Amino acid sequence: MPSFVMVEKCDGCKGQDKTACMYICPNDLMVLDMEKMKAYNRDPSMCWECQCCVKICPQQAMDVRGYTDFIPLGASCVPLRGSQDIMWTVKFRDGSIKRFKFPIRTTEEGTADPLGGYATHDDLNSQALATEPASLGLDAVPTR
Amino acid sequence: MANYETVEVSTDLLIVGGGFAACGAATEASYWAKKNGLKVTLVDKAALDRSGAVAMGLSAINQYVGVKDGDNTCEDYVRYVRQDLMGVSREDLVYNIARHVDSTVHLFEKWGLKIWTDEEGKYVHEGRWQLMINGESYKIIIAEAAKNAIADAGGEIYERVFIVEPVVENNKIVGAVGFSTREEKFYVFKAKAVICAMGGAVHVFRPRSVGEGFGRSWYPPFNTGSSAYFTIKAGAEMTCQEVRFIPVRFKDAYGPVGAWFLLFKSRAVSAEGGEYMAVRKDELNNWAPYGLAKPIPANLRNYLGMLDTDAGLGPLYMETHEAIANLAEQYKDDPKAFKKKMKELEAEAWEDFLDMTISQAHLWAAQNIKPEEQHSEIAACEPYFIGSHSGASGAWVSGPEDLDTPYKWGYANMTTVDGLFAAGDASGASSHKFSSGSHAEGRIAGKAAIKYIVEKGAEPQLDAAKVEELKTKILAPLDRYEEFKDFTTDPAVNPNYLLWRQFMDRLQKIMDEYAGGVTAAFKTSKALLERAMELFVFLKEDSEKLAAADVYSLERCWENIHRMWQGEAHIRTILFREETRWPGYYFRSDTPKMDNDNWLCFVNCKWDPASGEWELFKKDIWTMPGV
Repeated sequence: MPSFVMVEKCDGCKGQDKTACMYICPNDLMVLDMEKMKAYNRDPSMCWECQCCVKICPQQAMDVRGYTDFIPLGASCVPLRGSQDIMWTVKFRDGSIKRFKFPIRTTEEGTADPLGGYATHDDLNSQALATEPASLGLDAVPTR
Repeated sequence: MANYETVEVSTDLLIVGGGFAACGAATEASYWAKKNGLKVTLVDKAALDRSGAVAMGLSAINQYVGVKDGDNTCEDYVRYVRQDLMGVSREDLVYNIARHVDSTVHLFEKWGLKIWTDEEGKYVHEGRWQLMINGESYKIIIAEAAKNAIADAGGEIYERVFIVEPVVENNKIVGAVGFSTREEKFYVFKAKAVICAMGGAVHVFRPRSVGEGFGRSWYPPFNTGSSAYFTIKAGAEMTCQEVRFIPVRFKDAYGPVGAWFLLFKSRAVSAEGGEYMAVRKDELNNWAPYGLAKPIPANLRNYLGMLDTDAGLGPLYMETHEAIANLAEQYKDDPKAFKKKMKELEAEAWEDFLDMTISQAHLWAAQNIKPEEQHSEIAACEPYFIGSHSGASGAWVSGPEDLDTPYKWGYANMTTVDGLFAAGDASGASSHKFSSGSHAEGRIAGKAAIKYIVEKGAEPQLDAAKVEELKTKILAPLDRYEEFKDFTTDPAVNPNYLLWRQFMDRLQKIMDEYAGGVTAAFKTSKALLERAMELFVFLKEDSEKLAAADVYSLERCWENIHRMWQGEAHIRTILFREETRWPGYYFRSDTPKMDNDNWLCFVNCKWDPASGEWELFKKDIWTMPGV
């Protein structure tokens, strides 16, 4: 199926014009059925299983059932993405479970300063990009 | 005609795409645009947070030169790329990216990307050029900096707008047109310069999995050949259209092998247990000098594995259990330390997949595979077009102004079309830039494009009649569907039109069977390619019979027309190059040897918008003096 939506949990993002999964899917696959007010994946065979929809769903109404071409049934990889970490629960076909937690960023969301606090310059004609050479950690941009 | 409102947007610089190159371009260009009172507009067919090849995340940065610490020089990187691409690379472009990529990586770290460091605070390397990261949110972080930069400079971002065609007047780009995938709107962007950064191409070739797993390509299915189409249709000279890329990955789910080979030092073996890189070592003599130098080019490593597969020695396996046992060996006398090390290695192995190829973790779990206990199958994927990795296809762009390169016509990364720049997968012959180098190249193009606008930027003049003609052409599949859909009881089967998936299946069948895809074991020949060209005539004619029931289908129709043009450029170029140079990417059975006397050169091509004719020609390779 690749990504799928659980009927019980999906609330259609409360009747807004677009759902979180529709907003994020890099391949434009998620659609809101306006009659049922539930989202669905309109073309599972074009799904990359990137889980962007699963990670963003505010209701945790989405999961992935591995591609039937080659993934046996019974396993899952379920993410729980916070602002600094992601928790993964990997369930094996034999019922065993592994849990992993990995950091996802070191700064507060939204705070990325495009210039990184490095010194900048005004010379449109030089080979140095806006924050260079400071951001290179060198005195000058290498040349030959 | 479908009732789409036309929306006009005027800007100075238009960035088309949303991946790493586009974000790099937006971040850098915004800085210079603000200083010069110019406007930057970025158009993305998806949402910038999760668009492009890094949508899922990545577990490594694959290009970091380490100049400040004296680890390597930019010249070292030039040698590395030359060797991996069998002598065919634009050394000026590779050098230019190499000298800027470290600053991109340092910026990433400031923005919040977690790069692994050791006890002394130094980056943890996966290999000579590769850094380990916790990269689940890699794209979100890079997009955030781009968004902040654009907002600060008063620019605009359009999401869910799919750009179809360039608009060019007298070999100068003046804008681009496309449509919203959310509203009934046709967009006309007028710009003084355009940066094309719409990624590579997947699904030109038929993938190994053709059912539900069709979408599990190694590179993402939303890389649809739009960069190639945009630059070819603009009339830009293209390069290395034959240099497709085939990665060898864990079989079917296509999980990354880099950490296993480089970090965990794992071996790859045939079912008989022979390590193909050792057993078939003598074959490398046939590909000298590249076969005999280190590191052995990716395509030759592929090739030796393919020889095993062809000989019926499959499955091929990555010996994960052996590698982990070897790594834990030094702790064997200290049970506590051993347990800790094993746990650490296990987490690293799983994160490698969960950060960038979740399906592979899913496949392992579904097959009850524990990498410390048993090995896993590996295989060559299907071919992809990706100028940023070990492939090289893309537009032919101008080199940096300060280098003494013969390929220079004014502005860095400008194509042969005035004002049209390319970066990332869109620019060719500058392989091995990966995520960080693509971002750096985007920055280079971003600054150069603003310089171009300041010095030469003329008010874009779009011919209204031409734009209207494009609108009719682009929306035609919607009209065709409406006109004919009621002729049959099932609108999917209709003698008057083709639906996008039917069209895509035909394209993929031709590419796969005639141009050296998976089922042809990556082999092709002059006769096969000429037959492909005959079949392409029908395919191209039928592309004008595509029909779309809705805007989603319209998007897919155009994505597949984009793929078709990438496919045609590819077929024409492998046909032109009468040798086999990258045997692990494709093998020309009629010219099975590398021919350095005649073919150590670029093959470039150009489609002429006026005549509709293709031209193919050789270009000399410039080697950086003393490198």
